Amino acid sequence: MTDAVSLPAPAMRKGAAVGWLAVAVLLAVFPTIADALGQPALVPLVGRILIYGMAAATLNLVLGYGGLVSFGHAAYFGLGGYVAGVMALSARNGDLAFGLFPGTDQLLVALAVAAVMGAVLAAVIGSLSLRTSGVQFIMITLAFAQMVYFLFLSLKAYGGDDGLPMRRRLGIGALDMRDDRVLYFVALTGAVIVFLVIWRITVSRFGRVLSGLRQNEARMQAIGIAPRRYRLVAFILAGAGASMAGVLMANQLRFVSPDMLHWTKSGELMIMVILGGVGTLAGPFLGAAALVGLETVLGAFTERWQLLLGPILLAVVLYTHGGIAGLVTKLVKGRAP
Amino acid sequence: MTLVLEQVLNGLQLGVMLFLLAAGLTLVFGVMGVINLAHGSLYMVGAYAAAIVAAKTGSAVLSVLAGLGAAAVIGMIVELGVLRRLYARDHLDQVLATFALILIFNETTTLLFGRKPLFVSVPKMLEGSVELMPGFTYPIYRLAVIGVGLLVAVGLYVLINRTRIGMLVRAGATHRQMVRALGVDIRMIFTLVFGLGALLAGLAGLMAGPILSVQVGMGEQILILTFVVVVIGGIGSVRGALLGALIVGLVDTLLRAFLPGLLRQVMQGPDADALAAGVSSMGVYLLMALVLLVRPRGLFPAHA
Repeated sequence: MTDAVSLPAPAMRKGAAVGWLAVAVLLAVFPTIADALGQPALVPLVGRILIYGMAAATLNLVLGYGGLVSFGHAAYFGLGGYVAGVMALSARNGDLAFGLFPGTDQLLVALAVAAVMGAVLAAVIGSLSLRTSGVQFIMITLAFAQMVYFLFLSLKAYGGDDGLPMRRRLGIGALDMRDDRVLYFVALTGAVIVFLVIWRITVSRFGRVLSGLRQNEARMQAIGIAPRRYRLVAFILAGAGASMAGVLMANQLRFVSPDMLHWTKSGELMIMVILGGVGTLAGPFLGAAALVGLETVLGAFTERWQLLLGPILLAVVLYTHGGIAGLVTKLVKGRAP
Repeated sequence: MTLVLEQVLNGLQLGVMLFLLAAGLTLVFGVMGVINLAHGSLYMVGAYAAAIVAAKTGSAVLSVLAGLGAAAVIGMIVELGVLRRLYARDHLDQVLATFALILIFNETTTLLFGRKPLFVSVPKMLEGSVELMPGFTYPIYRLAVIGVGLLVAVGLYVLINRTRIGMLVRAGATHRQMVRALGVDIRMIFTLVFGLGALLAGLAGLMAGPILSVQVGMGEQILILTFVVVVIGGIGSVRGALLGALIVGLVDTLLRAFLPGLLRQVMQGPDADALAAGVSSMGVYLLMALVLLVRPRGLFPAHA
């Protein structure tokens, strides 16, 4: 029965694998290039793009592959940010983070805790939200995320409205986290891991089922698949991943505030997925680069850069299909004989 | 006792405002199947247009007409220019396109009128308070808001269930192709329904002016609460929107008013206040979760 969706072991096409490897190498030597060009400020910028890309990639798992329009992804991203901030604070004060567990100054510990907390939050929100579908699902995920936003807004012990600065970054062993390059490589490692995990998921049986449910739920049910369970697992995985990305973001900025949980942040993550290309591996990262790039370039000219973002986004939604990733594919295929 | 009564009236007033927004949102979804995040922007347009005309002319009538007119006209322009292209698209495209509209509306408004909130005074004839019971007075303006909201609810009911245009709207929601085959210009009906929704949002916005501050972002704040209303009431149902709006308005207002006092009896002052602030701002969302557990399609699902 369930073998209907099993497929032979996945293998990346050779051309694609070489392409990805080239991108990875390019990103690995990027700090050196930036230094050579006399633009070291680009290093943290690209680091931020990679972290946003990770968060967007986890959203893409539910949105692009699962077809579930979750409009509350900032809840997990922001939660991760707060895990980093609060655990660092508790380590300094020697009290319990969230009144539950001791703090830490280790990044890997915070990442693990954030993954668990993100997963739990996603399990709660997901199990309620997945009782509905379509427009209701959009509204409900948005509303629950807003609830988390209000919760952290009211936690005066963790800064409330003003946010929570981190006096020192969380570290990994003896690595010097004050070095922009070290931070960059941490972000790059994270991004590569997320990329590989999501690639592995999408070519697995689980990933096929998820895609199948998006394309035709009735047929999947007919071959004996329970939709809710698969979707919930995807939702939980995405929540855990986004929460980990949130830890890295807060750690890079040394600051976390309710802004990270705000619904516009969910919108931005969604825009990244769409700009880049829904349901593609590279899309979320390309979209993150496009959005952060636009913000940096347009923001240098005018404070009102979002006035330009609006029409651009509108044009992308109305007139293009497949975003930047689609465009790249089209160009690459167009050149081939 | 009078305190409770006052808060119940405040809750009703928030409830009818939410109803005006939720009715438009749920009608647009029920008829056209489109989710419009920019609905809150039309609320903002109504508030700004009314506030500015009131400041320029000092006439309450002109300011009401400006608020309603601006929201309805801009709403129909948005429908003709953008929304119309989205009816056949999936919800994701609709969410993103209307999110883009929010950015455009908010940034344009900031550009034109700045970040500073506008101050709107209560119209002369609705100033002051009235004594409802011995020793209990309540602002006339807020009573008027409740009255207008309930009148609109009745009007909408009559319009949708008792008129020819309402019949076409209902038919358009369930049997679009059939209505078109009978020679009805369904696109015109869509534009009109959208305009009506925009008008109601504008009405809510202009009435909110003297109560809340008129500023950029006011639309999104209330929009998310409106979503909660629509989910609780059952999407596509105007009756559900009314009931959901009143429930959400009352629960939100009463929690904020009385929870701190209740908690202070069992815990320390500052802790109680902090917890109360958190729980009362999350209250309506928890209520939504509860409703979903019992009735996943809302209290009054349309086309059940």
